[in-house]
Amino acid sequence: MDRLRDKIFPVTAILAGLVVVWYVAAVLMNAPFQRDLNQRGGVTVTTSEFIGQTLSQPKPTVPAPHQVVSNVFENTFLRKITSNRSLVYHSWVTLSSTVLGFAFGTALGILIAVGIVHIKALDRSLMPWIIASQTIPILAIAPMIIVVLAAVNVTGLIPKAMISTYLSFFPVAVGMVKGLRSPEIMHLDLMHTYNATRAQIFWKLRVPASVPFLFASMKVAVAASLVGAIVGELPTGAVAGIGSKLLAGAYYSQTIDMWAALVAGSVVAVILVSLVGLAGRLVERGMGARPA
Amino acid sequence: MTAPVVSASGLSLTFQTNDGPVNALSDVGLTIGKGEFVSFIGPSGCGKTTFLRVIADLERPTAGTILVNGLTPQQAREKRAYGYVFQAAALFPWRTIEKNVALPLEIMGISPAERQERVRRTLDLVNLSGFEKKYPWQLSGGMQQRASIARALAFDADLLLMDEPFGALDEIVRDHLNRQLLELWARTDKTICFVTHSIPEAVYLSTRIVVMSPRPGRVTDVIESTLPRERPLDIRETPEFLEIAHRVREGLRAGHSYED
Repeated sequence: MDRLRDKIFPVTAILAGLVVVWYVAAVLMNAPFQRDLNQRGGVTVTTSEFIGQTLSQPKPTVPAPHQVVSNVFENTFLRKITSNRSLVYHSWVTLSSTVLGFAFGTALGILIAVGIVHIKALDRSLMPWIIASQTIPILAIAPMIIVVLAAVNVTGLIPKAMISTYLSFFPVAVGMVKGLRSPEIMHLDLMHTYNATRAQIFWKLRVPASVPFLFASMKVAVAASLVGAIVGELPTGAVAGIGSKLLAGAYYSQTIDMWAALVAGSVVAVILVSLVGLAGRLVERGMGARPA
Repeated sequence: MTAPVVSASGLSLTFQTNDGPVNALSDVGLTIGKGEFVSFIGPSGCGKTTFLRVIADLERPTAGTILVNGLTPQQAREKRAYGYVFQAAALFPWRTIEKNVALPLEIMGISPAERQERVRRTLDLVNLSGFEKKYPWQLSGGMQQRASIARALAFDADLLLMDEPFGALDEIVRDHLNRQLLELWARTDKTICFVTHSIPEAVYLSTRIVVMSPRPGRVTDVIESTLPRERPLDIRETPEFLEIAHRVREGLRAGHSYED
């Protein structure tokens, strides 16, 4: 009962509100085109018929929620997974380069953080470069990465994953620098009294202390990886993936397809972020964290 | 007469801060023999913790000499000559109690079998048997501090350095732990250096009380306790106890510790 009142009701209320706003926006945005069309065709319709028309255009400016839902449903459940029109297929293509890039990015971010924490020269010099790397628009360098890698015969999954890596190492590096430096002075003093080596301090103190920071930054990184993978598919003429679906939709004004691809992208994002969150909770429980 | 465990002479330490130099220790001379229980008492800023940290090689003196077991503090630390108990329990939250106590043993490369045996023995010593698998947050503050004492005892160092270990605990728990600490000291024959700002605690525990005063941090009095080694809690109501407490208070007053 409490759960119904505290969670389900507010969530449903907000959702319903959003759907209403969406429908109103769809009618308003699609109205000018429909009015134009009806005028030229010499058709007169009642207001309710007119609203019905604005919500069922084949290429609407803003597709109505039910159009997007039926498109997503059709392309997710009614097509063979191997089909070029299946959203599952396209999501899978994007997901695989996201996961690969995320794995690279996390590894790279951790490596950079370890370097920054342990080597004074890196501590002083590396951060400005890392920050600068993130101020470059990814759309500008994505084609360059693809072209350069294609020149050395690296094509397919890896170049797209590199773009995900480029976006995802940053939050991990920043989070892990913070995490590896998070042990209290008292804990460091304690290790000093045991005459512990730097490696022992690292593995027995810094690494376990950094785990909550790692998972928090991995949540940001996995979302960034997905953005990277989608962006990586846009300028490269990729034939599959959520990005290519967006691009094709834009090219042929298939707005419903575009919105469906966006929905697929956000579903993938939700799944990825939840999985990282779940992994984080499991690891922290395994490390004896007090249950929240 | 065996060699002293700690011998300091002319020891000074000046911290450079943004507000200018601070004389944390000024010309401190002290010798601590084996098996003694020495308390350091004084108001904050008197250098009692700093002195303990110098023994532990957590701070380097700016002048004077100090030897721990006849070695420099650094050599003594490298030989793991002492166990250090901090003001807070400072247990690793991701380790169970037994793993926390095993931490120094892991670092010192002691075999798992031997580790297990020593953890069992030291947890028994601080009456924490049965709590091996608990995480620190599942224990009370007093139990956590006992676990941290077990950790300091686990590798059998002869010298125990304790920096206000019971300062954050309530008085009832503190009484209980004081008595347990005395029992432990009697059973293990360790040398204990104990920093406190509680006069009753210092008098109850110590064979010798070092009274310190601030600005600059220095030793103003050293009081030998005349109490027997066997000390029930109600010894604190005897005239002898009160007499020593009075002398400590006098020492603090002589060091201007009661002035603003």
